[in-house]
Amino acid sequence: MAELLQLIVSGTAAGAIYALAALGFTLLWQASGTINFAQGDFVMVAAFVMLWFMKLAGAPLWLAFLLTCIVAMLLLGAGFKYAIVNPLIRHGVIPLVIATLGLSLGLKQVVKAGYSAEAFPFPSLFPAGQLTLAGVSVSYADVGTLLLAGLIVIGLQAFLNRTVTGRAMQAVAQNTDAARVLGIDVNRMVLYTFLINAALATVAALLVTPAYLAKFDMGDSIGLKAFFAAIIGGFNQTRGALLGGVLIGVLENLVGFYVSPAYKEGVALMLFLVVILVRPEGLLGKAEERKV
Amino acid sequence: MKKAVALVVAVAAFAALPLALKTYGGYLCTLFCVVLMATFGLNLTVGYAGQMSLGQAAFYGIGAYIAAIALKAGVSFFIVLPTAGLACFAVGLVIGFPALRVQHHYLAFATLGFNVLAFLVMRNEEKITGGTFGISGIPRPTLFGLSLDGVLPFFWFTLSFTILLIALLWWLLRSPWGRAFAALRDNPIRAESLGVNITAYTLLAFAIGAACAGFAGVFFAALVQFVEPAPFHFSASLLMLLAVIVGGSGRFFGPVLGTVVIVLLPEWLRFMQNWYLAAFGFAIVALMIWLPGGILSIPERLQLRKSTR
Repeated sequence: MAELLQLIVSGTAAGAIYALAALGFTLLWQASGTINFAQGDFVMVAAFVMLWFMKLAGAPLWLAFLLTCIVAMLLLGAGFKYAIVNPLIRHGVIPLVIATLGLSLGLKQVVKAGYSAEAFPFPSLFPAGQLTLAGVSVSYADVGTLLLAGLIVIGLQAFLNRTVTGRAMQAVAQNTDAARVLGIDVNRMVLYTFLINAALATVAALLVTPAYLAKFDMGDSIGLKAFFAAIIGGFNQTRGALLGGVLIGVLENLVGFYVSPAYKEGVALMLFLVVILVRPEGLLGKAEERKV
Repeated sequence: MKKAVALVVAVAAFAALPLALKTYGGYLCTLFCVVLMATFGLNLTVGYAGQMSLGQAAFYGIGAYIAAIALKAGVSFFIVLPTAGLACFAVGLVIGFPALRVQHHYLAFATLGFNVLAFLVMRNEEKITGGTFGISGIPRPTLFGLSLDGVLPFFWFTLSFTILLIALLWWLLRSPWGRAFAALRDNPIRAESLGVNITAYTLLAFAIGAACAGFAGVFFAALVQFVEPAPFHFSASLLMLLAVIVGGSGRFFGPVLGTVVIVLLPEWLRFMQNWYLAAFGFAIVALMIWLPGGILSIPERLQLRKSTR
């Protein structure tokens, strides 16, 4: 029993990180119709930029994180929007998907060729050690990850629902034309979404890299799980990404322990196939109408 | 007619090319044909039916492993080939059905995940697939008592089958089925209202594309005579997709150009190593921005510019 609880807690912590990446992914999709196949690589780039600030500039972790946030928002947020998404978005979904696939390949190989193909250790934000409560022991890292990720998700929800800017962003996501008629600066709101996405990728990098190690292809697995989490929860619901991420994290842990650790990576696909067979719009999603 | 003559000359020149090359050149020409089967199949799925498939390498791998296991067990090549094609067709139906029932870009995620899963099975199920050690010593086929062991005979054999497969696809695309594929790519809802069963046709296009990759896998196993999981990683699927896009998706001979870019170009650019792939990735982004129709759309673009001037 204690074992099961431990698996669930650490699975939820891993899932919370997937949820962060998935959240950025859904926000981009809602606001601009962008399916970003380089989402996982954004996390990877953020991890390496952070490492670079720490190694070469000797910055402490918190400073490196803040600086990376700024770099990521400039390059992976605004840069990505203006250089790639803006010229391509009018051609429809597919050319943009191909372009982000190319971007994903390019980012990975630049890190591999220009820096290193090795995996680098990354300092954890949280102290090592275990917290034991009623026979259940969980690591500080898991608890910290869960708290921080939870805080960010709740904060983001509050921002989207309570502030004028957040509500304007939601309006743009729901109906761009109507939002424009109401005098909302659509372009600026979409830009905010890209900036938030870049910041979320940086946070995900901060939380996930101590466990995954910084490696040029670390984004593959995170990106894949972010897509699946987003679809499982419901592509058009922000809360859905959270549910999907946590479900994948917990199930992966259970399968890894009780069935076979070799097939942990396949869990997300299975869950995805089951969900789209039973509830195609995702667990929390609403069905979308199609236009001719 | 002029085009047909040019095509025959080009094929004949290509068939004679390995005579002038060393063994490795002959191997590369054969590999080119093998990958061509897979990319032509993918062009049917992506270019004509408009479905994103990111799992072509998984089907390629399934074909290769079926061939490796069956050929080693002494089964005839000419039984293995259709079996592998049918197996990939069937797996394509199973993977494609749930995804295509919902929304077409879901197929991209489903196939991507499937490729990851297939790779795990190849790597982990050591009893069947040999794990990371792979399966070695795969025999090459004999045709009417003639051994195809040599580089040249096997190249000509592969080339003949590739041409046969491409001719079949050409015929398919000109049949009512093929027309339906293009109709549902251009406007799925209108195609549906004209009586085309969208799910059935997209599924069919996807499964046929998968079967082509299965054939390619069988030839790959016989060519290299050794299979291991690495060539079937999902990055290989991405490269195949990029080959289709670079050439110009939905253009019948687009994959030829694209396959040159992914199979032959890296050999010439070997000195660049990883930078080649990095440049390739960003080149794709640039290509999408400036030339969304692929390299084969350049003549049309030039013509358009001339006429508007």
